[in-house]
Amino acid sequence: MILIWLFMVPFIGGLLCWQIERFGVTLPRWVALTTMFIVLVLSLYLWHTGDYSQTLLGSHGNGHWVEQFSVPWIPQLGISFSFGLDGLSLLMVVLTGLLGLMAVACSWKEIARNVGFFHLNLMWNLGGVIGVFLATDLFLYFFFWEMMLVPMFFLIALWGHNIPGGTSRVFAATKFFIFTQASGLVMLVSILSLVFVHYRATGTLTFAYDALLHTPMSAATEYWLMLGFFVAFAVKLPVVPVHSWLPDAHSQAPTAGSVDLAGVLLKTAAYSLLRFAVPLFPHASVSFAPVAMWLGVIGIIYGALLAFSQNDVKRMVAYTSISHMGFVLVGIYAGTEQALQGVVIQMLAHGISAGALFILCGEIQERLHTRDLREMGGLWANFSYLPPIALFFAAASLGLPGLGNFVGEFLILLGSYKAAPVVTIFATSGLILAAVYSLMLVQRAFLGKPKNNEKLSDLNAREVVTVVTLMLLLLGLGLYPQPVLDLSRASMAAVQEIYQSGSEPLAAASTTTTMGSP
Amino acid sequence: MSFLYVHGGLTPAQWITLLPILILSATIVFVTGAIAIKRHHWWNATISVAGLNLALLPLFVHFWLPQLWTLPLPQTVTPLLGIDGYACFYMAMILVTALATATLSHAYMEGYNGNREEVYLLLLLSTLGGLVVVCSRHFASFFIGLELLSVPLYGMAGYLVKERRSLEAGTKYLVLSAVASAFILFGMALIYSQMGTLAFAEIGAHIGVIGGSERSVIVLGSAMILVGIGFKLSLSPFHLWTPDVYEGAPAPVTSYLATASKTAVFALLVRYFVEARAYQMPSLVNVLSALAILSIIFGNVLALRQDNLKRLLAYSSIAHFGYLLVAVIASGPLAVEAVGVYLLTYVVTTLAAFGVVTLMSSPYNDHDAEDIFDYRGLFWRRPYLTAILTVALLSLAGVPLTAGFIGKFYVITAGADKHLWLLLAAVVLGSAVGLFYYLRTMIQLYLRQRWVQKYSAPLNWAQGTGGAMVVLLMLAMLLLGIFPTPFIALVQAAGLL
Repeated sequence: MILIWLFMVPFIGGLLCWQIERFGVTLPRWVALTTMFIVLVLSLYLWHTGDYSQTLLGSHGNGHWVEQFSVPWIPQLGISFSFGLDGLSLLMVVLTGLLGLMAVACSWKEIARNVGFFHLNLMWNLGGVIGVFLATDLFLYFFFWEMMLVPMFFLIALWGHNIPGGTSRVFAATKFFIFTQASGLVMLVSILSLVFVHYRATGTLTFAYDALLHTPMSAATEYWLMLGFFVAFAVKLPVVPVHSWLPDAHSQAPTAGSVDLAGVLLKTAAYSLLRFAVPLFPHASVSFAPVAMWLGVIGIIYGALLAFSQNDVKRMVAYTSISHMGFVLVGIYAGTEQALQGVVIQMLAHGISAGALFILCGEIQERLHTRDLREMGGLWANFSYLPPIALFFAAASLGLPGLGNFVGEFLILLGSYKAAPVVTIFATSGLILAAVYSLMLVQRAFLGKPKNNEKLSDLNAREVVTVVTLMLLLLGLGLYPQPVLDLSRASMAAVQEIYQSGSEPLAAASTTTTMGSP
Repeated sequence: MSFLYVHGGLTPAQWITLLPILILSATIVFVTGAIAIKRHHWWNATISVAGLNLALLPLFVHFWLPQLWTLPLPQTVTPLLGIDGYACFYMAMILVTALATATLSHAYMEGYNGNREEVYLLLLLSTLGGLVVVCSRHFASFFIGLELLSVPLYGMAGYLVKERRSLEAGTKYLVLSAVASAFILFGMALIYSQMGTLAFAEIGAHIGVIGGSERSVIVLGSAMILVGIGFKLSLSPFHLWTPDVYEGAPAPVTSYLATASKTAVFALLVRYFVEARAYQMPSLVNVLSALAILSIIFGNVLALRQDNLKRLLAYSSIAHFGYLLVAVIASGPLAVEAVGVYLLTYVVTTLAAFGVVTLMSSPYNDHDAEDIFDYRGLFWRRPYLTAILTVALLSLAGVPLTAGFIGKFYVITAGADKHLWLLLAAVVLGSAVGLFYYLRTMIQLYLRQRWVQKYSAPLNWAQGTGGAMVVLLMLAMLLLGIFPTPFIALVQAAGLL
């Protein structure tokens, strides 16, 4: 039952935000803050009380979710309103709650008009994301997957920035929507085909995740269906040839939208790969893995190179996201337990660090009224808090040991090396490129000769609390990641087992050929 | 009661199943008389609405309160009409649509200086035609129904006689509709020349055993009927009349044209394909596939640069009927169900969209509120009305939480079931293109206005019957999107096979 509340609270809170605006402009902010706080507390309560050594999949699990809830929804089509929770989804929900709080906090000053409607969209978007993380019925999952787009569209289109010389915010929002929705429809075709394959094999029409898991199908069918899922996730992650919506969306979005987009929305794709694409189609995933990993490497290098050449700070951070998500893709398809655990840490660390960088971008923009790096320089002289904090998150982004990103990237590379050494060697270059662009950012924005010596208004208490919280969390994740690793171990071990089972027939085939050839 | 039992006459059960048609016919006579006695807008509209409600009553009880009373289905009333669950479902849908149109017309016609009352008469006549069409299982009743459905529409489209564009719409619709009817008649004649029968079921029974040149004549005849139906449904490449007629006709009439008339024809198309076994002619199915793909492409692409909301909805309806054809091509019980669900969601959504346009317009402005810039910033003036239009646009785009998503989901389900990958690719691409113009329109509603607006719905728009109808439609859209189970059960109960 508590699972229902996890995603219902944002929806109800959102409606409340919208209506309460008539009694006062700051009320929606407080309602939204309370809403996300409740979500965070609920998820931490679940963390505290649940036994996360069990999961639906794998030999360690005992065949059911830690928490689950299910009622029939459209029984004619075998669709149910069912949710399940395990370590992986819990971590994602915690991240959503946390970044939701930050998103509300960082838009306190930035959003001045239509505050109620803004928070309605923000809350509904986060509610949809939580629904994605919890749904265990493929129809329901798709429902949330598509539903979270509309509020995001409004966030960008109505409260975004029109960058002089750039594309308009409506254009960016529309591009974002079309990219994700079109790829989503491809996934819908795949979902339905899978359901019918299952129906023909077993005679039961169902969209339930656990029922569809071991659907027998031919290798070609499995490959095509997997590709249908992969396209949707590749767009959202984003993987390089289909990434072009992301920099546009980020550069026009309001700060809260960017935090939400980079911190949480991109993670739904990585989560979905781990939860759906790999377990539903293990054999196809194994044979697709080399392609996916190379796509990941291309993303790492391409994102880093483009980040280096950006003048708009937010566009730059957007490209670093592409680079970091490349690591996630490599880790997922490496399929070793170390790499998968690294993926989890990387998702959390990137969510926090990219979110923080976007918050800082927003704060710089509020003060300088520009995001152009060419017009900055020497800001260290103008602020006393902001530059060191930005340096901290830039260091996190380059993978400095002691911070969360390092743990994630290190585990991914270590785990992938066993599976695909060449890919890993190329991926490692991403660390060097990350150092280059991160330090370059600090150099261009904060160091050098100041443009003028006047002190600009520094971070206020709200802003300091926001970013310092994120700093502490990132430090915690870097110095003592064990609680998180424990939480996700069972889920990741299960994914790794599925990987092995997926490669077994291939391995068997290769041994017979090697035995037969001499 | 003895007159009921004359030789060859109808049994009581048959009379009862005919109730909706009989009540509606009586209403037409009644309204004619009422107009003759006194022209009174509210009074005549109320009589029409009451008649429509009465005609709907037996169907309503049959579907929603089956424990109280049900119609004795199925009944074959003369060789012409067959009333089964399928027919009843579509009759109910057409009656509800006519009700919505009547209330919207009332809101719209209030500001009209000419004779306002006849529009209800035409509407009722056309509705009667729709009822006959969905019940017909014989070419004769099909044609009679179709003409009864279309001919009053000429008058309705050109109702604002002093306005050039309305007249033009009426004339255009008349000419093209007559051409379409001619095609259909010729097709029927060709089929009759080989089959010697006009009943669907008999055609279906013989179609398997006929071969050679006779078969090719039948295929030709069926193709000509398809051309005629293509005109009525405005499938591409027979769609050229659609945007002009949609734009010129008064907004409530457009909503009727887009929903009730197309629903009736489409329901008939499906019945004809199933009962006359047209699926056994692969060439026809190929033609349908081509029509579907063309409609999806043309509908969506031509809508891209439209700044006129009515024209935009016209193009979008072309695309939507392309999607619907995909379900028809899939064939089978699931396809019939998909068509039912899709038509239901489409009708509710389109009515809501045109309902908002109607409430924004009045015939004595020089034209309807149809330019999308008329709607710029509407959210900050009429937030709830805008919410309704937003939901309608999202529903047309097929976004979850709204009815359109369930419809699109069903179409893709039917296609995936039968492995129609090419058509599904068209649906996916078409939907992606479609998003662009729906979103483009939607965001206009929220942008801050830069100048004083000419158009706004009256402040008390929600208090009239038209407003109440639109609010109900929005609730229906959300209900269909969130909890479609009862509606799906309804459609399943109204299956054809």
